[in-house]
Amino acid sequence: MPDADLHALDQPAVRPVPQPTPAAPRPPTDTPLLHRRLPRFATLGMLAASLAVAILLGLTVWSLNPVALLLETAVLYGVAVFVTSSVVEGRRNAVDRLVTVVVTTFFLLALLPLVSVLIEVVGQGYQRFDLTFFTYSMRGVVGAGGGAYAAIVGTLIITALTTAVSVPIGILTAVYLVEYSKGGRLGKVLTFFVDVMTGIPSIVAGLFAVALFVLFLGPGARAGIIGSVALSVLMIPVVVRSTEEMLRLVPNELREASYALGVSRWRTITKVVLRTAVAGIVTGVTLAVARIIGETAPLLVTVGTTTSTNTNPFSGRMATLPVFSYYEYAQPGIPREPYLDRAWAAALTLIIIVMALNLIARLVSRIFAPKTGR
Amino acid sequence: MAKRIDVKDLDMYYGDFLAVKGVTMTIEPRAVTALIGPSGCGKSTFLRSLNRMHEVIPGAYVKGEVLVDDQNLYAPGVDPVGVRRRVGMVFQRPNPFPTMSIYDNVVAGVKLNSKRMKKSDMDDLVEASLKGANLWSEVKDRLAKPGSGLSGGQQQRLCIARTIAVKPDVVLMDEPCSALDPISTLAIEDLINDLKSEYTIVIVTHNMQQAARVSDMTGFFNLEATGQPGRLVEYDDTQKIFSNPGQKATEDYISGRFG
Amino acid sequence: MSTTSAKPRGVHDAPRYGDRIFAGAATGAGVIILLVLAGVAGFLLWQALPALTASPEDVRGGKGLFEYIYPLAFGTILTSVIALVIATPLSVGIALFITHYAPRRIALALGYVVDLLAAVPSIIYGLWGVYVVAPASVPVATWLSNWLGFLPFFGPSPSASGRTTLVVGVVLAIMILPVMTAVNREVFLQTPRLHEEASLALGATRWEMIRQAVLPFGRSAVISGAMLGLGRALGETMAVAIILSTAVGVHWDIIGTANSSTIAADIALQFPESSGLDVNTLIAAGLVLFFITLLVNMAARWVVSRRSEFSGAN
Repeated sequence: MPDADLHALDQPAVRPVPQPTPAAPRPPTDTPLLHRRLPRFATLGMLAASLAVAILLGLTVWSLNPVALLLETAVLYGVAVFVTSSVVEGRRNAVDRLVTVVVTTFFLLALLPLVSVLIEVVGQGYQRFDLTFFTYSMRGVVGAGGGAYAAIVGTLIITALTTAVSVPIGILTAVYLVEYSKGGRLGKVLTFFVDVMTGIPSIVAGLFAVALFVLFLGPGARAGIIGSVALSVLMIPVVVRSTEEMLRLVPNELREASYALGVSRWRTITKVVLRTAVAGIVTGVTLAVARIIGETAPLLVTVGTTTSTNTNPFSGRMATLPVFSYYEYAQPGIPREPYLDRAWAAALTLIIIVMALNLIARLVSRIFAPKTGR
Repeated sequence: MAKRIDVKDLDMYYGDFLAVKGVTMTIEPRAVTALIGPSGCGKSTFLRSLNRMHEVIPGAYVKGEVLVDDQNLYAPGVDPVGVRRRVGMVFQRPNPFPTMSIYDNVVAGVKLNSKRMKKSDMDDLVEASLKGANLWSEVKDRLAKPGSGLSGGQQQRLCIARTIAVKPDVVLMDEPCSALDPISTLAIEDLINDLKSEYTIVIVTHNMQQAARVSDMTGFFNLEATGQPGRLVEYDDTQKIFSNPGQKATEDYISGRFG
Repeated sequence: MSTTSAKPRGVHDAPRYGDRIFAGAATGAGVIILLVLAGVAGFLLWQALPALTASPEDVRGGKGLFEYIYPLAFGTILTSVIALVIATPLSVGIALFITHYAPRRIALALGYVVDLLAAVPSIIYGLWGVYVVAPASVPVATWLSNWLGFLPFFGPSPSASGRTTLVVGVVLAIMILPVMTAVNREVFLQTPRLHEEASLALGATRWEMIRQAVLPFGRSAVISGAMLGLGRALGETMAVAIILSTAVGVHWDIIGTANSSTIAADIALQFPESSGLDVNTLIAAGLVLFFITLLVNMAARWVVSRRSEFSGAN
């Protein structure tokens, strides 16, 4: 292509002398452009064969345990794919396929516990999942009958109290971190300690509440409010974290637009920033409630349990669903069955509540999310 | 081992959206082919379809043929991984692997392919590649330092060294100088000129002076209207395109009347 | 906003009470959190003090506080380490599956499903562990005992009920999997596209791309995620309390009938029936647990904060 003139015109006068490129050793090529690939039916066939062999093994020498079945299938299929792919496609593709098998197996392996938990809880819990369970307490009940009415009431009261304490503190702290601290010292310290607080074990939170209330009620006291304080220690950092994240998503332009209209700062925060982030905050709070509603250990040491309904959180033991479930399991009478059935029914109730809260949270965030084009 | 590329009636899609329509062109070996055109006209999309990087984006696919030495890159059974080893690519922003040293960056592609390579062969390859990228004299004393410590222009030449270390047939460059200062740009342009003795080079650029300086052939891409797919308007000797273009649209673009 | 706009504006503007009160409330909330945290350490220390100063024979077990707590600390760390060993590779694999293998459209939903594992209350994991995992573990434990019995972890007589340290470790692994996966998923998604494409353009397969670009980028996050998971496992109470069949002392055998209890489980089991000095002893144990988890969590944060330094992210 004759383009010498053009180059001569446009190129700078001084050019470095092009260095001669020495002939480098050519790396061995093992990926020809057109090489054989394993057809899809071959891999599908191997998968089906592996599954069949695993089931056959399960029926004869081993067990039909789903984990065993999954692992056997994965190992057989992995080996088959690796070997055939090594022969047909070369080592690199074989390794790639093997990793795909491993990673997919890991994911399926993680789903099994979830499915198994749900099956077990529903399967064991449905027997006492009846009207009596929700309308009767355990007062005077020995053996069969009775229900978790007192425990449900207790759980609702304590959760409501916890939420009432945690949500204002959590949201205000997040507002401070995002809107006021401006990278100041208190802000940094607070961020760090909220992180630390996220990691406090629930039982330690319970012990803290116990130790705190020794001051007010003396040693050995049990009351709903103590449990609420313990749960608040667990809930506040979750609310702070999620709210903070949501507030940071609110674009700065909105704040500036509001200030430019002469709106005061606190009104900008409440009417613009919090209003924009409300869906995300509600989602975060709902998930935080879902997290603490199933907490057992802190309530075990702070609230204890009782057989009758106690609606006063400031005095005396209260029954709560998780603790109810635990004691029905751990200290059954004779025969054990009615107690265990109640334990599982309480577990089923709990898991339904938690899953429902999770679902609500996702729906809220999806339906009410601000249309920011994200 | 420069190779000729024949593109036959190539359509590029993102999902249902037809981004570039009906490109037919022959890219000559041992020459620099520049692709110019306004933003969003599909130059980069077309470039990425030449080594099947296009399909890395979810939902993206291609219809038509790209023949390298009469072998269709999109024929059934062709492994995109193999294609990308033959057709290397340099990106808009320099992207050396941040956790690797300069040395390891250069051999990153080679290590994928060869199981065992003698240390001395490896050293030779690093030296040859860095020399090929006009970077050797600047980095030969700090090969073990991280590649992210270099200047932008040096990083881009490191990426070129990494690309030519695997001895591709074709080197694609997607606006390789757009993130660089004028001096680094000059270094890269000199390098492109040196590289064309060994490789087929295709470069996308926004800078028409650059296209005029470095390329032998130039293709002009344009949109007929917004929402319409991009297409190749004119493809000819660079000299012809810049002095006497055959199409009105090309002339308008080159003379700066739009785009 | 008529009230504010009606006011004349100037240098000598009347103090905005709304602004002051709100700013004060926000700051106050932050200070409350710091006070609570100081309170956690302070009140625990206060209530643990009697046990710290008591003569050894008065402490439960009769050999002093240290002798009481350290087998529990051993059990806590042993179960958590088992959980970590199982959960770390799994969480990396799952996060890779969600971010780089699963079809984009369902990846988000798959993430939610894994998150649901974290929503299951720990008491339910405990019941499930006893009823499902423990029985299923018996043949595995028998096999381990027969073939790997030369290792100190696998004793000669595996538990017939399956309520062992190993099972607790497995259940804990499942419980900490979601938090670790979430951390890994987040950072794998943040891998710069430029680096992924650089790798692919060199002719890397998907796995080679992950090894070249994704894993180096995410390495420190994987470490910190593992530490966060470790923190959770150390403090987990009910699942351990329900599943584990415990015995006093240090036991290396993780499939036998005698297992070292954990601090958290021991507190949950003993506290409701305790009074007097026993309560103080348990609170002292809780204090130890608090400091262990504190150290682990702070180490995790430290790794996160150092991340930008050695990932080279722009």
